[in-house]
Amino acid sequence: MKIGAAMLAAVRGLALALLAMLGSLVLFVFFVVSFVLSIPGLGIFLVPVVTAAVRGYANLRRRLAYEWFGVEIKSPYKPRPRFRRGPIGVVQRYRWIVSDPATWRDVLWLIVDATAGFALGIFAFALPMYGPYGWVLWAGVWKPIFHAGGGDWYTFVHVTNQDTANKAAVLGVVYFALGLLLARQVMRASSVLARGLLAPTRERELELRVAHLTESRSDALDTQAAELRRIERDLHDGAQARLVAMGMSLGAVEHLMERDPEKAKRLLAEARESSSKALTELRDLVRGIHPPVLAERGLGDAVRALAMASPLHTEVTAELPGRLEAPVESAAYFAVSEVLTNAAKHSGAQRVWIDMRHEADRLRIVITDDGRGGADLSGGTGLRGIERRLGTFDGVLALNSPVGGPTMVTMELPCVLSSP
Amino acid sequence: MRVVIAEDLFLLRDGLIRLLEAYGFEIAAAIDNGPELTRALPSIKPDVAVVDVRLPPSFTDEGLQAALHARREVPGLPVLVLSQHVEQLYARELLADGSGGVGYLLKDRVFDADQFVDAVRRVAAGGTAMDPQVISQLLARNSRNQPLGGLTPREREVLELMAEGRSNAAIAQRLVVTERAVAKHTSNIFAKLDLPPSDDDNRRVLAVLAFLNES
Repeated sequence: MKIGAAMLAAVRGLALALLAMLGSLVLFVFFVVSFVLSIPGLGIFLVPVVTAAVRGYANLRRRLAYEWFGVEIKSPYKPRPRFRRGPIGVVQRYRWIVSDPATWRDVLWLIVDATAGFALGIFAFALPMYGPYGWVLWAGVWKPIFHAGGGDWYTFVHVTNQDTANKAAVLGVVYFALGLLLARQVMRASSVLARGLLAPTRERELELRVAHLTESRSDALDTQAAELRRIERDLHDGAQARLVAMGMSLGAVEHLMERDPEKAKRLLAEARESSSKALTELRDLVRGIHPPVLAERGLGDAVRALAMASPLHTEVTAELPGRLEAPVESAAYFAVSEVLTNAAKHSGAQRVWIDMRHEADRLRIVITDDGRGGADLSGGTGLRGIERRLGTFDGVLALNSPVGGPTMVTMELPCVLSSP
Repeated sequence: MRVVIAEDLFLLRDGLIRLLEAYGFEIAAAIDNGPELTRALPSIKPDVAVVDVRLPPSFTDEGLQAALHARREVPGLPVLVLSQHVEQLYARELLADGSGGVGYLLKDRVFDADQFVDAVRRVAAGGTAMDPQVISQLLARNSRNQPLGGLTPREREVLELMAEGRSNAAIAQRLVVTERAVAKHTSNIFAKLDLPPSDDDNRRVLAVLAFLNES
């Protein structure tokens, strides 16, 4: 297992070294050329194209650093602004790219990767592979080499007879073991080196954070304003109107009490009807603002209640020892509710599994259905809206929905539990 | 008949007291918070308790918890729970011990004094009184699923009314059939839901529970 992992790291080292030699070097040259061509003006068109390629390539390296060697590298680029059409837009795009320090750090990384990155990758691959070469010599290959012209140097061992070949084999074992031992560390070091240039600088990280906060705050305010408008409208058209009708009925009753008791009775019954309708509407409204079960029991039972009301067969497991912060609880509840509704409407699923747990100050909710899959964040299924609302709490949503199913929605929210 | 009332809003509490007194109930205690209710119910052992789900100090489900606690201490203590909203989850918890004497109604039902008092009496006598909303929620979601336990539509209808806590006579009247027909339906329902023979009241509760648990 461990040897396998080390071998894998060595092979990945070779892959990255080849990539560095081909990709990094070529892209570096392209970039320099295209930038120099800015002087005659051609670069204005070329630099954005080459930069797009560089960023794609750097993002691939970022992903590989995480997937292969567990080194997380965040994306540092400035968010893309809205460009005007025509030549002005072209110039805007050029300025956006050239004024972003991340572009230049990428370029610097290209050259570092083509040299140091290449060397580390080759080293990680060659060191363990050099061992078997010693064994090959020992197995007899030293003879033809020796007869052809003087013998091979295996590092510092001059292989001229079986005795020195034995030494080479022993040394080979040492190289092999050392190589396997170091392959992963070397590749991790290489990834950390890449991170030095590919990750956002502290300043950029804060900039990105501010941009994210600005966006999520304005989202939150928009959502809230829309919600308030909806509540206002519901109250205005619903309960309020019914209460007015009730008041009028009662006024009429007062009037009719003596003259026409029969009619008064009928109006009273109507007024009571109105009051119970108003109550029903208020109840539905309250459910939409903050479901009573959520207030009374917390997220676990509120989602259980949701599951009971869902037309799909829904299983809920919740490991939440205590109550979550109220806003997080509410956001999580409505997110689950929306995902469930989606599943019932679009997925064709029969069964849904909801798993909620709180670990290391994060709430993690996984919702899986056995439907036909193929859901898409941009498909207007409301998932984007959920993602945005969770974003207000620094929460994230991940969708995994291959065509043919199953669909799995994972949500994570940082939050603290209070004791029950 | 001795009643304990637990309701934190003064107007509603007062209204309930007056209403029940007008119908000849004796108010053993009128309580406005959870901890006091938890203490009072097992010691007073009223003939029936009318309890609001949400009570101070935390305004969560204290009333319900106090009622469940009291029923663990005094099995079968009749409790009628009132709420601004009904949840199947709570209905299930109330019925879970299968011993009956349980009601769960929306507060609006108090408007119709006759029906409300009827429900209180039914619960006091060990029957059930489930709010029609609980049942309609269930039906809304089950309409797409298999019919419960292979019940015929008619048997389902009977079960619904049974869940509300109606007697065979009342069900017969509602469905415009003879009481004997209803009796036949109910015994079919018991058989199909695999309920062991026991006294009729208890089996009715179990049937409702099966209905609620169907998910």
